[in-house]
Amino acid sequence: MTINKQKNGTSLTLAVAGRLDTVTSPDLEAVLKEELNGIENLTFDFSALDYISSAGLRVLLSAQKQMNKQGDMKVTGVSEIIMEIFEVTGFSDILTIE
Amino acid sequence: MKELTVKAEVGCLDAVTDFVNGELESADCPMKTLMQIDLAVEELFVNIASYAYRDKPEGGDALIRIDVLDGHARITFEDGGIPFDPTAKGDPDRTASAEEREIGGLGIFLTKKIMDDVIYEYCGGRNVLTVTKKL
Repeated sequence: MTINKQKNGTSLTLAVAGRLDTVTSPDLEAVLKEELNGIENLTFDFSALDYISSAGLRVLLSAQKQMNKQGDMKVTGVSEIIMEIFEVTGFSDILTIE
Repeated sequence: MKELTVKAEVGCLDAVTDFVNGELESADCPMKTLMQIDLAVEELFVNIASYAYRDKPEGGDALIRIDVLDGHARITFEDGGIPFDPTAKGDPDRTASAEEREIGGLGIFLTKKIMDDVIYEYCGGRNVLTVTKKL
């Protein structure tokens, strides 16, 4: 998994590529912990994300909870297979997917 | 039929996924199905790695067996840890808001949704969980 950060004032875009699984999710969690302070608009760009497991969903949920307090969060570039996982788990109702 | 025995620890997840993927690829499994099976394999193996040998500081092993027959993949996970039936757990509330969401149980829920069949048995002092999916 690679994470590409792009910060512009209070906006942060994280382009996550590869596999967001049990092994790699802690890395994304660490980036969020470090970067989310003061962020009002958080975007996850998933156009190059191949795979997500429940460990990745957990990280997204905790980011969503934090952003509910301090601004907005959206998810872009979701592939068909990842969308299906969001739908099966009801995450499609919690996340703002564009 | 092929088998792999690994230490039941999260660090072995890649070895388990590679083993299962290798078998599925040689069976010409479609990419989408392969990723769905990967997901179930991750959830089930991580469950074993996290909980099966909680009471044993030295940990233990997990055995993974895969069988592709008549266009179906059947994958079995076995461990000698604490008896635990993940299929007995109720499904999470998918309509809850982010604030109310509890994240536990999502892995097995995904597994049940994605695989055609999830069967648990406790047999000879071992947890035996078998999942099947049409390729």
